[in-house]
Amino acid sequence: MTGYILKRLVSAIPVLLGISVIVFLIMAMIPGDPATAILGSYATPENVEKLNRDLGLDQGLVPRYFIWLGNMMQGDFGRSFALNRPVIDEVLDRFGATLILAGTSFVLCSILGIAAGVVSAARQYGFADKAITFVVLLGISIPSFFLGMMMILLFAVRLKWFPVSGMWPIYGDRNFWVLLDHLAMPAIALSVVATGVIARLARSAMLEVLRQDFIRTARAKGVRESRVIWRHALRAAMVSIIPILGIQAGFVLSGAVYIEMVFQWPGVGRMLVDAILKRDILLVQGGVVFIAACYVMFNIMVDVAQALLDPRIKT
Amino acid sequence: MMAFLKLLARNRLALAGLIVIWIVVFLALITPLLPLADPDVTDTPNRFKAPFSEGAVLGTDHLGRDLLSRLMWGTRLSLAMGVAAAIIAATLGSAIGIIAGYFGGRTDNIIMRGVDMLMAFPYILLALAIVAALGPGLMNALFAVAAVNVPFFARNIRGITVGVAHKEFVDAVRLAGMRDSEIILREVLPNVLPVIVIGMSTTVGWMILETAGLSFLGLGSQPPQADLGSMLGEARSALITNPHTSIVPGAMILIIVMGINLLGDGVRDALDPRLKSGALSRPMPATEVDRRETTRAQTDSLLDIAGLQTEFRVRNRVYKAVGGVDLHVEKGECLGIIGESGSGKSVTALSVMGLVASPPGVITGGAVHFDGDDIIGAKYEVLRSLRGRRVAYIFQDPLATLHPLYKIGDQLIEAIQTHETISKSAARSRAIDLLKSVRIPNAENRIDSYPHEMSGGMRQRVGIAMALANDPDVIIADEPTTALDVTVQAQILSVLNDLRRERGLAILFITHDFGVVGQLCDRVAVMYAGKIVEEGPTDAVLRNPQHPYTSRLIDCVPTLGGGQRKLAAIPGLPPVVDRLPDGCAFADRCDKVQMECRSGAIDLAATAPARKTRCLFPENTQEASA
Ligand code: SF4
Repeated sequence: MTGYILKRLVSAIPVLLGISVIVFLIMAMIPGDPATAILGSYATPENVEKLNRDLGLDQGLVPRYFIWLGNMMQGDFGRSFALNRPVIDEVLDRFGATLILAGTSFVLCSILGIAAGVVSAARQYGFADKAITFVVLLGISIPSFFLGMMMILLFAVRLKWFPVSGMWPIYGDRNFWVLLDHLAMPAIALSVVATGVIARLARSAMLEVLRQDFIRTARAKGVRESRVIWRHALRAAMVSIIPILGIQAGFVLSGAVYIEMVFQWPGVGRMLVDAILKRDILLVQGGVVFIAACYVMFNIMVDVAQALLDPRIKT
Repeated sequence: MMAFLKLLARNRLALAGLIVIWIVVFLALITPLLPLADPDVTDTPNRFKAPFSEGAVLGTDHLGRDLLSRLMWGTRLSLAMGVAAAIIAATLGSAIGIIAGYFGGRTDNIIMRGVDMLMAFPYILLALAIVAALGPGLMNALFAVAAVNVPFFARNIRGITVGVAHKEFVDAVRLAGMRDSEIILREVLPNVLPVIVIGMSTTVGWMILETAGLSFLGLGSQPPQADLGSMLGEARSALITNPHTSIVPGAMILIIVMGINLLGDGVRDALDPRLKSGALSRPMPATEVDRRETTRAQTDSLLDIAGLQTEFRVRNRVYKAVGGVDLHVEKGECLGIIGESGSGKSVTALSVMGLVASPPGVITGGAVHFDGDDIIGAKYEVLRSLRGRRVAYIFQDPLATLHPLYKIGDQLIEAIQTHETISKSAARSRAIDLLKSVRIPNAENRIDSYPHEMSGGMRQRVGIAMALANDPDVIIADEPTTALDVTVQAQILSVLNDLRRERGLAILFITHDFGVVGQLCDRVAVMYAGKIVEEGPTDAVLRNPQHPYTSRLIDCVPTLGGGQRKLAAIPGLPPVVDRLPDGCAFADRCDKVQMECRSGAIDLAATAPARKTRCLFPENTQEASA
């Protein structure tokens, strides 16, 4: 298994390089003189000259890329001029909040989605199946940012169950329960679409598996139906559900941008949108590369989970 | 195409989706012609008017602009952006996909690597990066959303192109000297076009949502122009005081996306042939029973099947797989059921413990008495406690019938623990004993193997061991040796035979091979088209078959070392069981057929002590009685 993990890690290197090239090329599309664009209102001649020297901006694309890549390897993602601090510091500060939000949502949508899909398949065409199918359709059709706003109206303004927005209260303690109170609505709003998608695919994966011969064998052994469904069938269905979870993680991470805006959640997504509006280019560049790299790593974890689950995969 | 539309019409939800989309698109198209207020004229004194107030059906927004008018123009813009993004993404993506798929080799490799890299991004990051570089704005957002979806098209279209580009007609025109660009335009493009269109229709809802999302973030359409997303974004600051300004555009996005999803689901169902045949339905825990009356047992044997009828109901057709079968098995006896595939022998065997897949299977008549009680229609819990404990099954292909992801030991232990409260370690040592009893060498190590790590013969031994786990009274073996080669088959049969002797097992042995029956079974019943056509002691039947079908089957047995079975030795095919002929079902293939054979049902008549035959002109009767 260790060998397999190492192999997957090594295979991630070209992907990571590819990602850096793509981001670099996109950023090279910026019209006009790059240093002036990056510095914006700080573009004094001295600053421009210093930046040109630091980032090689007055040189060709290729040397520029390697200077940028070299800097990143040393942990230097550049400097945000609007915030006047290193990009990496800002990204890391914000990343924790995104991780809490997206991570919770991911766990939520995985558990709820799989459970709904399994129940739906086991009761195919029954009441539970129809109800779940309908809710799922509604869930995947509602834009998460609109859902978030409606949840604020209902649960925060009307019912006063949860705070309207933010991650922490302005005054008062910061403990786990306070965090949970603030996290509940955004995490749920963020997980709805992914839950629906996972539920759908889990349902069809389960239907596929339940027709297999080994399910009949389990029944012929006299195994309880609940165990047939939740152990025998689900275990086999997980082989096709896990890759879906990996893809959905990307969608949850993407959706976090909207949810962070709606709920004023201090995460990377909101940071990126603010940075784009302020034309804080180095912050966007660094943030995008960092998160994309994290996502690649996450997908390696998904592959490893898959290999642990399915002994037929050569490790 | 017509059939497709009909299917769509039958799916009411999809139709509803289609109608919703038509209405929205129609309204968006005629918006400029409608007598609406100017969407961009601000009127601050009249800001935040509630819906249904005078002069503003949906109220006004934070600048006093008419919401209905803004909604209509916003919908128009959102739809246009979504469609434009879909077209751009489809065009670019398909072009890339066709080039990669058509030229193959290095070109393909490099392009697809790039596509994979793009797909490694969470999509919104890419869109954000593009907007960051180009600056916020309607066209830039549109371009970003389109660009993010290019890989999806490139990958799909490449797959199709690879398939088309290597077809013979393409090779032919290439040899005829047609240029690549011409081949692509004339031969490849028409073939991939339907896929492109389907891809566009499934992604357009997505693109509408995405462009609206970027606008919501303030990165798309810029004031005063507004699409649905930026309307929602601007309304956000007044969400709590004036929710209607948010609800109006939000609800519209919901309606559009829902309509597209409904339609998309309908299209998907219509295109997926598996759904049509009902093959995607999952079997229930026990076969459905729908019989009018119960039948009494005919003998007091351990297992007595009387008048069993099982059919498959697929849509409005009925396939009578088992049409009234009587059988009985005594303690310690081995009864063979033999017949071609489709004769109903497996369905008979699976009906005993309610294991026929249902839907579509239904048991419609007869009874199965086990140890005196009728178990057809018994409560599920009763059935479950008998399964594996007193009546166990061995199935045909152990690679498919053993769970691929559990160690065989765990599957054996489960079989034991299902019916007995026993510690895991005790169950494990029992499992090892079981493996030894079916002569699996090195059982202590083998127990931790997965099914895919074993040979076919070893796997089937595991299958037998699992059936023996709870010391059952009856074993129903459904073609257990069919997937194995001849030597392994002989080993498995000898294992079964020894076990039967040692444990006094009753065996119901299903096979299509008389050779196998001869080695193992005391009695044999021959099945044809859902009915038993001959029954008797194995030796007698083998020596003097009375039914013409039986003699044909016996002729199919290979002589030892004679190579492949000559299954084609019986001319013709068994009748389709939803259209059985009136008289003898074998009439069309029988060379002794007479007029009388076709004129009415034929009984299974006793021809000699312990022998029955369903034929008007049985063979070998003199020898049998002599
Ligand atoms: S009943 Fe007639 S057709 Fe049928 S098997 Fe006997 S001889 Fe042949």
